Amino acid sequence: MKALELENLSKTYPNGVRALDGIDLAVDEGDFFALLGPNGAGKSTTIGIVTSLVTKTGGTARIFGHDIDRDFSAAKACIGLVPQELNLNQFEKVESIVATQGGYYGLGRRQALARAEKYLRELQLWDRRHDIARSLSGGMKRRLMIARALVHEPKLLILDEPTAGVDIEIRRSMWAFLRQVNEAGTTIILTTHYLEEAENLCRNVAIIDHGRIIEHDRMSRVLRKLHMETFVLTMDREHAAPPALDGYTSRLVDPLTLEVDVESQHGINELFQSLSAAGIKVTSMRNKANRLEELFIRLVDQGGDGRAA
Amino acid sequence: MDLHAQWNAFATLVVKEYNRIVRIWVQTIVPPAITMTLYFIIFGSLIGRRIGEMDGFNYMEFMAPGLIMLSVITNSYGNVVSSFFGAKFGRHVEEMLVSPMPNYLILWGHVAGGVVRGLFVGAVVTVVALFFTRLEVQHPWIVLTTVVLTAIVFSLGGFINAVFAKKFDDISIVPTFILTPLTYLGGVFYSISLLPEFWQKVSQANPILYMVNAFRYGVLGTSDIPIGTAYTIILAAIAVLYAASMYLLNRGIGIRE
Repeated sequence: MKALELENLSKTYPNGVRALDGIDLAVDEGDFFALLGPNGAGKSTTIGIVTSLVTKTGGTARIFGHDIDRDFSAAKACIGLVPQELNLNQFEKVESIVATQGGYYGLGRRQALARAEKYLRELQLWDRRHDIARSLSGGMKRRLMIARALVHEPKLLILDEPTAGVDIEIRRSMWAFLRQVNEAGTTIILTTHYLEEAENLCRNVAIIDHGRIIEHDRMSRVLRKLHMETFVLTMDREHAAPPALDGYTSRLVDPLTLEVDVESQHGINELFQSLSAAGIKVTSMRNKANRLEELFIRLVDQGGDGRAA
Repeated sequence: MDLHAQWNAFATLVVKEYNRIVRIWVQTIVPPAITMTLYFIIFGSLIGRRIGEMDGFNYMEFMAPGLIMLSVITNSYGNVVSSFFGAKFGRHVEEMLVSPMPNYLILWGHVAGGVVRGLFVGAVVTVVALFFTRLEVQHPWIVLTTVVLTAIVFSLGGFINAVFAKKFDDISIVPTFILTPLTYLGGVFYSISLLPEFWQKVSQANPILYMVNAFRYGVLGTSDIPIGTAYTIILAAIAVLYAASMYLLNRGIGIRE
């Protein structure tokens, strides 16, 4: 069973901006799926269409087989959404926010309150249940939005940048909680800018850019592509041309600085052996950029060459 | 969503609206009570004594049903426009939009909130009025139906205003420039029989005249217009505003991208 199926999904805004250019995407039931992409790539638009906050201009979307146009009520009942932007009623009490959301999904008052207690306890917010949302810290608000999204126990949980602006300790506790939710059978789709987060949690990944899916694969295969890192080497003397290093791609940034792409399976020892064989002495070395930047630059550039899936 | 779940969703929204009204009672209940008390003191007690009778009743008696309707109209409208626009502005309207609640429930939930506040404030103003005059209700069912139906009309109006509003200024334009003048010219303070014939005809184009007069007929047994016409206009207004609201909701205008 597919938790989510998108076929030729497109969105053109009234100002002519084509946010989604006919994307196809499938997410299996039970998956922990990462939807990655640079800002403005179309991630939030995709999520917006699936959750009916954005009106699509073409294509179809099905949630657990329910078409969002023909069977919107059943489709929406399957989804829990944690949006990117804080959208809490700042003056409403924590417990009320969660229980009210349960009510909107058709839960009776008693059941909604019981579920609110369950998820507020699990997300360490029970002690703050009588406080208004405005008084919570940023991390607490994020956790409150997760509790709210889970109150009707959705089959598909969509998290749009759930850990943005959250410190690493809370982020890791949220990861543990989400892993537990996924292991209990909930399919999760996650968008994030933290590659570490996607790498830690997700089994499959799609990368979207300029409204097109440019990569859709198992996380392990994509990460293999990522595991090429670029090192910046400072040499002891000036060189007019990059040296020929067998198995490595290199280029001169300036006569004293060399950039070398190193695939993880090659290792740095072999690189230094090649440099020594080419008569190059290195005085210092640093990593050029973090892996997420590398990922986007590489895959987005390739996507621009027409590799859209 | 089965009927039981729909009822739960509707009840949740109504309780939420009720809690909002009670939570901000200083904004929702107190101001109309103070304003209406001042109306009764100044226009009813001080100036009203010199006016004498209006349609066979002392001025305070004549004015009281009008002031009750004035408070019902402004509060039912104000509740929905501020609640729904506030939800849009704070983006927590998305809590409803992502849920399986049908659009008509979102609409009726807010309308019910507007009616609750309209009736709540109407009751408070009635209590205030009883300090100044006697009100012997002649036709209780007409009183009840006109006040509820009028609150529905203006709750729907408030909802449409909130859908189109993009900033806080936009939710005060209609009440200030349209609703208040129409209410004041809708027979709250006078009988249109006092007007020259031309202005009587013009006044008959004002739908609020029919609502105020139907309510006054229910309380005092006197009206400037036929009651059947009043009900027809009120029900027609509900039908038109409901259809417009559902069209906006179904198209996602002002609430979905």
